[in-house]
Amino acid sequence: MASRETPEVNGGSLADIAFLLLIFFLVTTTMDTDTGITRLLPPEPDPEQEDVEVKVNKRNVLVVLLNRSDLLMVGGEVMDRLALKDKTIEFFTNPLYKEDLPVMEETEIQFPPGSSSLLPEDGMWRGEVSKGVISLQNDRSTTYGKYLQVQNELVAAVNTLRNDFCNLYFDKDYSELNTNNPIEEEIQLGIRQRYKMNISESEPKSIGGRN
Amino acid sequence: MSKFRKKGGKGLQKINTSSLPDIVFMLLFFFMVATTMRETEIQVRVKVPEATEVKKLEKKSLVSYIYIGRPIAHVARMYGTEPLIQLNDKLVSEEGIPYEAIQDFVLFEREKLPEADKSKMVISMRVDQDISMGKVDDVKQSLRRAKALIINYSAKKEYRNQGRQR
Repeated sequence: MASRETPEVNGGSLADIAFLLLIFFLVTTTMDTDTGITRLLPPEPDPEQEDVEVKVNKRNVLVVLLNRSDLLMVGGEVMDRLALKDKTIEFFTNPLYKEDLPVMEETEIQFPPGSSSLLPEDGMWRGEVSKGVISLQNDRSTTYGKYLQVQNELVAAVNTLRNDFCNLYFDKDYSELNTNNPIEEEIQLGIRQRYKMNISESEPKSIGGRN
Repeated sequence: MSKFRKKGGKGLQKINTSSLPDIVFMLLFFFMVATTMRETEIQVRVKVPEATEVKKLEKKSLVSYIYIGRPIAHVARMYGTEPLIQLNDKLVSEEGIPYEAIQDFVLFEREKLPEADKSKMVISMRVDQDISMGKVDDVKQSLRRAKALIINYSAKKEYRNQGRQR
């Protein structure tokens, strides 16, 4: 009867094989997922289009300058990077209706009806939206790391405002809105109108020689 | 006392290793699921900056990469140590502003996408944090000219201690 027993397979080398595979995958793969700040570039101007002087009210523009030694100047004063976010929030909300901060414009924004108890039944939000624009300018010798940090602060300011609005009206984080859901997508579009990401980058100027 | 002494206590006890393959396989599957294959060989040194407002890039198929940084050692022997631009997997070696190389690159990558996604193409800029903006501005201008307007400044997630101010 002993001949019927199947001989045991030697599993001792199984660990070696698995280790070999494991090391192969460890070497050939990367762990990091791609993260970053997504921005839209302005379209290239039409070459036939004439330069038109666009009249912008001075109080509606916040000039953010980064010079060649990575110093930050915001609206005429030297500023630390970490103070930029609060400055930007103040600029976009103008809570005290100051004369030198942007004009607030009466606007109506349509939200999905019945999506929030703080909105009237038709879902129309009425209030004041800032006309402010941030103009970001950098030198050719500014380091990229510093430039991105400043971009980050500006984006952070707008994201904070949007998030606060979303929490107040819809009891949800702005980043948690699901764009596959048509109602939530409409909410997102509405909030984007409420707080616009008005960050304009100037055409690069080449002053002096190449870096 | 000899009552309590075990028989043959001098020899080392064998450890049962029969579960070792299971453990290793578990590790293996973890790495297979959690990682992605490295597709391109990066020939420039890139240490991306840190930022708090980063988001994950959702659709990998829409993304093309532009790397800007100083070349790694064996590339530097051929091209020098000045910052170079790498488009997906090929280096741009020409001097000056690489308008044409970038334009060709964008057209080529866009051609690979299905018709519906062509306008959604994303350019991921993986730029070393110590590179000067002149080079980056040149690339940005070239991208505008090539009508590739959605760009993503690659950055690592930064965690700040003081927490978010509300």
